Amino acid sequence: MTANTQAKPGERLRALKGHAQDLRRAIVSMVHTAQSGHCGGSLSAADIVSALYFDIMNIDPSQPRMPGRDRFVLSKGHACPVLYGALALRGYFPVDELSTLRKNDSRLQGHPVSTYLPGVDATAGSLGLGFAQAVGMALEGRMLKAPYFVYALLGDGELNEGVVWEAASTASKFGLERLIAIVDRNNLQNDGKADDIMPMEPIDKKFEAFNWRVLAVDGHDMAAVLAALEEARKPAGKPTCIIARTIKGKGVSFMEDKREWHGKPPSDDEYGIACKDIEGGCV
Amino acid sequence: MADREMRAVYAQTLVDLGALDPRICVVEADLARATGTGPFAKAYPERFVNVGVAEANLVGVASGLSATGKKPFAATFACFASRRAYDQFFLSANYAGLNVTLVGTDPGVTAAFNGGTHMPLEDLALMRAVPGLAIVEPSDPVSLEAAVRIAAASDGCTYLRLQRKSAPELYPAGEHFELGKAKLLRQGKDLLIVALGALMVSEAKKAAELLAADGLEATVLDLFSLAPIDRAAIVKYASASGRVVSCENHRVTGGLGSAIAEILAEEGVRAKLRRVGVGADQFGEVGTQDWLADHFKLSAPHIAAAAKSLF
Ligand SMILES: Cc1ncc(C[n+]2csc(CCOP(=O)(O)OP(=O)(O)O)c2C)c(N)n1
Ligand SMILES: [Mg+2]
Repeated sequence: MTANTQAKPGERLRALKGHAQDLRRAIVSMVHTAQSGHCGGSLSAADIVSALYFDIMNIDPSQPRMPGRDRFVLSKGHACPVLYGALALRGYFPVDELSTLRKNDSRLQGHPVSTYLPGVDATAGSLGLGFAQAVGMALEGRMLKAPYFVYALLGDGELNEGVVWEAASTASKFGLERLIAIVDRNNLQNDGKADDIMPMEPIDKKFEAFNWRVLAVDGHDMAAVLAALEEARKPAGKPTCIIARTIKGKGVSFMEDKREWHGKPPSDDEYGIACKDIEGGCV
Repeated sequence: MADREMRAVYAQTLVDLGALDPRICVVEADLARATGTGPFAKAYPERFVNVGVAEANLVGVASGLSATGKKPFAATFACFASRRAYDQFFLSANYAGLNVTLVGTDPGVTAAFNGGTHMPLEDLALMRAVPGLAIVEPSDPVSLEAAVRIAAASDGCTYLRLQRKSAPELYPAGEHFELGKAKLLRQGKDLLIVALGALMVSEAKKAAELLAADGLEATVLDLFSLAPIDRAAIVKYASASGRVVSCENHRVTGGLGSAIAEILAEEGVRAKLRRVGVGADQFGEVGTQDWLADHFKLSAPHIAAAAKSLF
């Protein structure tokens, strides 16, 4: 069941911010240990994933395949450290196992593989593919009259993929109001600024033109993230896209808004600084 | 001989060719920093196109560019070059008779830490099914430079399978390479080992040493181009010993081993074949390249064991 919806508003926010910092610590620790992996896009999504996994989503870590559960599709699969962190901290598998990220024969592959790890709802890593799967999951929910929500997290660079817009059309054709796409709008992709590599703006107008409801939010303002997710769950007869303005590398001073931290592991010294930065943000 | 970073050789060769031939252009899909084509972008910004994370579009755009006479080199990870852009490459480039070089980087287990989702073990099988397509997997920096030059000079399409990391030089600078001509690295009477690409050629050479220590003398061929394939060399050395081992950084389905099996059967060569490659029922895994090569039984001891099982 949802972890925290009954708590008082102040406590709820404080708890979720704490979980987000725990996720950030787990992310840099995992990628530092692996000496490989994607910090930037994991950190930019930490607040959103905290809100989903520690509050909003109807999930039960003791029953990872519970039929009526909400689904989470990490379509930007390279950000799996944030997903693995959330799953481990929610008890889907031992927290110790996080240190096996990208290691020989690990279940924590460089991109999420659903058959390997309890709680991973979709195999992803080839950008764009996860989103179409999410549409299929939401469609099945509609066919089954099962009231679960499907959350899909996409990168802004990922929006370059044509299949994203094919899936978006399909979702609106079937009025999949329980499908919620969240775009991690950090304005960076692999080769540079997203706005330079492939300008996608106006993203809101594009989704609106595809007949989606669009909400915009500061992806690091926990209260606003929660409010947007709650708003998105209200029936609208159409799918909802939340455009979350974020900072890639958020929470680690030297990674913030830096292209080179897309897929680079921190050195020992950098790891030390990162831990202090995150600690500092953890009141 | 010296090790050189393969992607640096790829980029430098394109820069050199680009100076002489204004038709050479580079098309990337948000992996230019991985492919390492920054120097080309710097030298010829007007001939460098980044289409964003969009591989189907990458190959479609490259096809269109070549329709007006350009010679595009389009690159992405081999998993995406094959699986995500196959129809564009098949139809818009190859069937349309155009002139696109598609570069698939990080083939097979060299995708290492990115894990199973990024481990292309079927790209050669897919590409072999495209009529007339040249498929090249160089084994060292010298053969890579030759491959890029051959692709640039060609009027048709090429699939260039590129290991990005450093590889030792096996050939002297300026060594001549041709499509459909394998290189004889070692000659021995007891069996034939045919290998493709930097990883497998290096493992095959080590395996031949291991076998020699046990008194078995192997002929080793560096195939260089999988299509067209050096039928004559395979028939000649396979007939001589009646024993063949194929070595590919790829699933055994539809790639090098399959191509050799077809030749042996069609030519009526009496030879037994062992296919070293990732198992037909296996997906990729995550780990170091060395661990993966061992796990999937691609490394020299496994090649040697496969060879011995022929006796
Ligand atoms: C189909 C596909 N092409 C290329 C890649 C390689 N790649 C991994 S992440 C990335 C950039 C993604 O940028 P974005 O979606 O903005 O992610 P974020 O900034 O949130 O990390 C690329 C090109 C991939 N994983 N999948
Ligand atoms: Mg981004």
